Amino acid sequence: MSVRIELPPPLRRLCGGDAEVAVRPGTVEQVLHELHTRYHGLRERLCDDRGALRGSVLVLVNDEDIRFLERQRTPLRSGDRLSFVPAYAGG
Amino acid sequence: MSQTQQGFMKSLKCRECGRDYPLGATHVCEFDFGPLEVSYDYERIKKSLTRAAIEARPRTMWRYRELLPVAGEPTVGSQVGYTPLVKADRLARRLGIRELWVKNDAVNYPTLSFKDRVVSVALSRSVELGFKTVACASTGNLANSVAANAAAAGLDAYVFIPHDLEQGKVVNSLVYGAQVVGIRGHYDEVNRLCAEIAGKYPWAFVNVNMRPYYAEGSKSMGFEIQEQLGWRIPEHTVVCMASGSLLTKIHKSYQEFSKLGLVPETGWKIHGAQATGCNPITSAQKAGMDFFKPQKPNTIAKSLAIGTPADGFYALRVMKETGGQGDDVTDDEIREGIRLLAECEGIFAETAGGVTVGVAKKLIASGKIPADSSAVLCITGNGLKTLDAVVGHVGETREIRPSLREFESLLAEERPARPETSRAGLAHA
Repeated sequence: MSVRIELPPPLRRLCGGDAEVAVRPGTVEQVLHELHTRYHGLRERLCDDRGALRGSVLVLVNDEDIRFLERQRTPLRSGDRLSFVPAYAGG
Repeated sequence: MSQTQQGFMKSLKCRECGRDYPLGATHVCEFDFGPLEVSYDYERIKKSLTRAAIEARPRTMWRYRELLPVAGEPTVGSQVGYTPLVKADRLARRLGIRELWVKNDAVNYPTLSFKDRVVSVALSRSVELGFKTVACASTGNLANSVAANAAAAGLDAYVFIPHDLEQGKVVNSLVYGAQVVGIRGHYDEVNRLCAEIAGKYPWAFVNVNMRPYYAEGSKSMGFEIQEQLGWRIPEHTVVCMASGSLLTKIHKSYQEFSKLGLVPETGWKIHGAQATGCNPITSAQKAGMDFFKPQKPNTIAKSLAIGTPADGFYALRVMKETGGQGDDVTDDEIREGIRLLAECEGIFAETAGGVTVGVAKKLIASGKIPADSSAVLCITGNGLKTLDAVVGHVGETREIRPSLREFESLLAEERPARPETSRAGLAHA
């Protein structure tokens, strides 16, 4: 079993066109590192110059914002789902 | 793209990195996920948009059309806007401020909220881009407006709302024949689902892929305020915040009129209002932070219940740059705000309006809005849509038989019976 990564349309082009990719379990930080190694250009989209996740993208583990969990130290186990969602307006 | 295809627009520009994109149905930068915003050809606009030109046009939001992102004439919602700016002398006395104005979008056409402004822009642009189906994620008012304006324009509409919205807002979407989908979750979850749907279906989601155009419609509320004040920028403006977009666009409207020479360049402060049960932006502002912590909303102000506000960061920046303040009010203070506005000015606002009035009261009482200044309160929606929030809190009908004697004994009871409970909010205001 592995962790499922759900990609929004703007990121899919960088990841071979897939809406979903699989990685090994670990913390959010470790999983991001594996994704950055695997897909060229992904880091710049998700992180700022200092390596911090950009405020303009939400990172969710099983639909829960990681800012409500343990942020980048949030653990991802087999079968978990990590999603990247750009922030939207409305009301 | 020729001028006829893009009007006075130049491009979509990333607010983070400044990269330009074509004027299509897209909303985030492919490079850094930054939000895209419409950029304009202000040199051309300056030649076309004068006070005289504006004053000669019909009294709708489209009298400022050079600054709204459609290429041709608007095809949806051409009669939206130009709502009253009411000089609120009685409320001013209650709150203890020299001059107070209420911008009353509770009577905006056709669905009684400021959302008709953003929707008429988003749908007019959607038609220009060839869409046949429109959609939105909504806390209620936006759904109403998309449903109504889509019906009038002959477009198919899908609206996605949290399942537990006020009945008034649900019925107000269903009646127009829209497909209404209730999602078991908070607005933020509705929004995320819509992001997924927008990636899969070729629909114009007004607040997803059409968001750069949609958001610009809010500027018209600020344009009208300036014109209705006699071509000047108000010293203080109090705006309620859900995503925070309206606050940033009111600010932009003051900047644009200033830049175009339509109003004198005077300073202004924009204050943000939230409900205490969902205050990610104002709690960050009060703590002096420039980012917010997402929240799980729990407030009667459901139209403001966005725990992860997309424009929260930018709203914080506007408050900081203009010297504005943020504050929030409890459910009881929201109801009191609704009653203050209703009893002083005869305007029945929805819960978001109660938030705006309640926060204005606090800011004036604390001197953050000085007593000798002038302020505008932006009222964004109508109280008839959120009756659930005030039922049982505004007194009750007293029944009598059709008899003069009974009426007169009721009159005799009135003085002692009425005051403290029914006028509690006003007693110390």
